Amino acid sequence: MAAASQSLFKRWQPGLIWALYGLGLLPAVWAFYQGATGGLGADPVKSFEKTLGLWALRLLILTLAVTPLRELFRINLIAYRRALGLLCFYYVAFHLTVYMVLDQALDLAVVLQDVLKRPFIMFGMAAFVMLVPLAVTSNRLSIRKLGRNWTLLHRLIYLAAASALLHYALSTKVLSPEQAIYIGLILILLLYRAARPLIPRKRNAKPAPGSQTARVVKQA
Amino acid sequence: AETLTTVPSAYKVEDKVTPRKDVTTYNNFYEFGLDKADPAALSGDFKPRPWTVAVDGMVAKPQTFDIDALIKAFPVEERIYRMRCVEAWSMVIPWDGFPLAALLDKVEPLGSAKFVAFETIVRPAEMPGQNSLFQSLPWPYVEGLRLDEARHPLTLLAVGLYGETLPNQNGAPIRLVVPWKYGFKGIKSIVRITLTDKQPMNTWQAANPQEYGFYANVNPAVDHPRWSQATERKIGEGGFFGASRHPTLPFNGYADQVASLYSGMDLKANF
Repeated sequence: MAAASQSLFKRWQPGLIWALYGLGLLPAVWAFYQGATGGLGADPVKSFEKTLGLWALRLLILTLAVTPLRELFRINLIAYRRALGLLCFYYVAFHLTVYMVLDQALDLAVVLQDVLKRPFIMFGMAAFVMLVPLAVTSNRLSIRKLGRNWTLLHRLIYLAAASALLHYALSTKVLSPEQAIYIGLILILLLYRAARPLIPRKRNAKPAPGSQTARVVKQA
Repeated sequence: AETLTTVPSAYKVEDKVTPRKDVTTYNNFYEFGLDKADPAALSGDFKPRPWTVAVDGMVAKPQTFDIDALIKAFPVEERIYRMRCVEAWSMVIPWDGFPLAALLDKVEPLGSAKFVAFETIVRPAEMPGQNSLFQSLPWPYVEGLRLDEARHPLTLLAVGLYGETLPNQNGAPIRLVVPWKYGFKGIKSIVRITLTDKQPMNTWQAANPQEYGFYANVNPAVDHPRWSQATERKIGEGGFFGASRHPTLPFNGYADQVASLYSGMDLKANF
């Protein structure tokens, strides 16, 4: 019964992944529509910028949660991790674009000064820069070509997450409870990686055949 | 809100006034929550009447004023001021109020008084931001001015905006407006004004002295450590595409009237 539903799930997987992309982009589309039609309040640019940044964080958290979910709770969402990671990258790119185009009105001198002078902006930009190579190599060809190096390269996500966390923490005058929750979640997910070698556990369940990990392991 | 009887005033900037809806729904008033929409959404239980303001300290005649008596005691002027928030956004607001100097005259400050300290009400039962598990700032919110700043004709005690008594979210029933300083100097829902010979601590300086000073004069040349103060976004200017950055002016455009208060002072050190 469980096996049957699992195989059904498998059969539907490509469609579900595409649905995830569609669903994942909805908040951006909706916020843009609201902003363009006067539904985002008195400071629509700031509000749009903030919404996009928040969704980037949420998607980052989901991406980072895939591994612990599998290892601790046997919930295997690895097939959706690439979509989650790429969606996160898209939102970071939207967030940055709104900051440059709508907020700073493409005054590149000001943007450059911001990036160089202000840790708050610096951390945000660093996170984006680190996500670029990850997004670019998030395809089967790169996984095959890079082999073991692909896994090493993609550990950059931890540094990007730390950078994003600092960017978010520095973005307001005082830390709100909402911010504390997001920051706490990211910290837990990063600490999990640091503590993982210390946790005694049974040898990991076999990676699902056909998953990214399985392919990487085969390559290695 | 009740309609106020006002007299005209010469203190009016020519800039386009920010729509009332934006002035009353986009607020920083952490006593009601951290989001800009919180004060309008969560201040419904707040009771701005009955209300008294105590004026004490180094004065010859300390007094406690009833808010309605206060509004009757002085001609309420309509003044249109620029408002620049430390977060790099701005509004143009038609305030209704009277000069702080007029109130100070009533209590006769002593020669020893050099500063004025202000205090906001603490009422956790009516102010959710003072009542939650998480407290964003220590209460009461406090502010301060030098006596000469407090006596400057531009310094206003506002009791209304757009010709009506102040909405709760804007600092009902009485708040400070110092148009050449960042908005956080404009302490809201005032219950006490104290004349003193020591420079008062203000809430934001106490919270983060690297980022917020006592003076908090609008100054495009002194950046907030985390963002530039050179430009500002005008609230209510338009949607996504009409909005653009505008240069921020020294003393928020009031340099002609107030720069002399600070002659000889290093404004980078005294930010």
